[in-house]
Amino acid sequence: MIVENDGIADTLELRRESTLARGDVMGEICHHLAPFQVGEKPISGDTVIAKDLTIDSLAIMDMVMELEDRFDVSIPMNVVAEIHTVDQLADTILKLHARR
Amino acid sequence: MGLFDRHAGLLEAYRDVRTTGYDPFQIRMERVLSPTEAIINGRKTLLVGTNNYFGLTFDPSCMEAAIEAIRAEGTGTTGSRIANGSYNEHVALEQEIAEFYGKKHCMVFTTGYQANLGIISTLAGEGDQLLIDADSHASIYDACKMTQAEVVRFKHNDPSSLEARLRRLGDRPGNRVVVLEGIYSMLGDTAPLREFVDVCKKYNAYVLIDEAHSLGALGETGRGLCESTGVIDDCHFIVGTFSKTLGAIGGYCVSDDPDFDILRVTVRSYMFTASLPPSIVASVRQALKVVKAKPELRKQLWDNVATLYDGLAAQGFKLGPEHGPVVGVHLPDRMVAIGFWRAMLDAGIYVNVAVPPATPNGVSLLRCSVCAVHTPEQLQHMVEVMTGIGRQLGVIDDRTRRVVGGAR
Repeated sequence: MIVENDGIADTLELRRESTLARGDVMGEICHHLAPFQVGEKPISGDTVIAKDLTIDSLAIMDMVMELEDRFDVSIPMNVVAEIHTVDQLADTILKLHARR
Repeated sequence: MGLFDRHAGLLEAYRDVRTTGYDPFQIRMERVLSPTEAIINGRKTLLVGTNNYFGLTFDPSCMEAAIEAIRAEGTGTTGSRIANGSYNEHVALEQEIAEFYGKKHCMVFTTGYQANLGIISTLAGEGDQLLIDADSHASIYDACKMTQAEVVRFKHNDPSSLEARLRRLGDRPGNRVVVLEGIYSMLGDTAPLREFVDVCKKYNAYVLIDEAHSLGALGETGRGLCESTGVIDDCHFIVGTFSKTLGAIGGYCVSDDPDFDILRVTVRSYMFTASLPPSIVASVRQALKVVKAKPELRKQLWDNVATLYDGLAAQGFKLGPEHGPVVGVHLPDRMVAIGFWRAMLDAGIYVNVAVPPATPNGVSLLRCSVCAVHTPEQLQHMVEVMTGIGRQLGVIDDRTRRVVGGAR
């Protein structure tokens, strides 16, 4: 369900041409979160979005809307409410994308 | 963690706001003189932030109707429609609003907030999908917290963003309910309703539109954006309020759905709150008659909107995207907005200040709402005052100074 590396992605390529690489999703999320980074501490999978960064709840929801369109998935608000870390957000996008 | 610790960020922002000397969130009208004037801080102040679009709060016929109703039926109903019964006048008001829209059913609520909260959270239930505009009013967001339905936001006023989200639902079961507003309350912009309705039809989604700020203002007979864009029949649910153009308080929802009345025993914000008092019902019924009888008020309103909007635009202020009864003036940040607001109050003009998190995209605004009974002179004076303050604060170019500098 969650594609962790390119090797698996290659084998799945024939079945679904739009299989998503986790690295791409992480890259896109980090790109959106970069302006809200605090100090030198890099954004990683463990980063707690609402706590470790300066982003407010409205901006989080707007970022989610951008990610939805980038990866062609919809993340319902109640699902967003349960997401705390960057990893969880990436996993949610990959899961919804695989289910399309 | 203490009870109030979670509000630390907000407390800090609020402290910032109060350092200006006035607290915009605790402003007190010492005496209200008319729809457009009140005594604030001991001085006569022009009101341009009341949502009183037709100025009907002091309409003699509405006031008389309310007074008469109090004499006839008392000050309050002391109970809910469901538990304690309706008055004839509640039912008459519902019939008159239904008739106004040409819809079969109407439910009246004690506030507009409760109308949205109850209707939206109940209409879409478990297994359904609720799709809301990103800039929706707090009452819509709060309804989303209460519903069992799945909620997805789409980009503000963007039919293609809605379409993408409806398309992604594919053939999943569940009713789709799309929530829109006629005029958005912060920037005064209207929804591209016709385009939204086309998308909803394509994907078989229900349309609910909140005409809170557009009742009276838009449409040939004042029914709102649904009328001005010719899509009343395609709007399955129209919500509105009595607290703006109609000058009182309360909310409503109209619909043609044959089973609509079941909501009377399922919508909790309708069932478990006291119904509107007789005076309010009476003044609202009369106000609706005035709206129908005096279309010239709508023209006056739009003439006034043009005076204020065009006047400010000509001075270089950055405004909301179109003419509307709400004129939003963009300012660079929260502190400038508060400072500007305070300077206006000192100059005898009251508007609203809107700062994050109550605004879309983190913008800071002065929110002006125009009234049909403002005089052109009052609004021209306001443009002059704002131009002066805008130059002092460096929000707009000081043209006189620039010309002098250029001549040197």
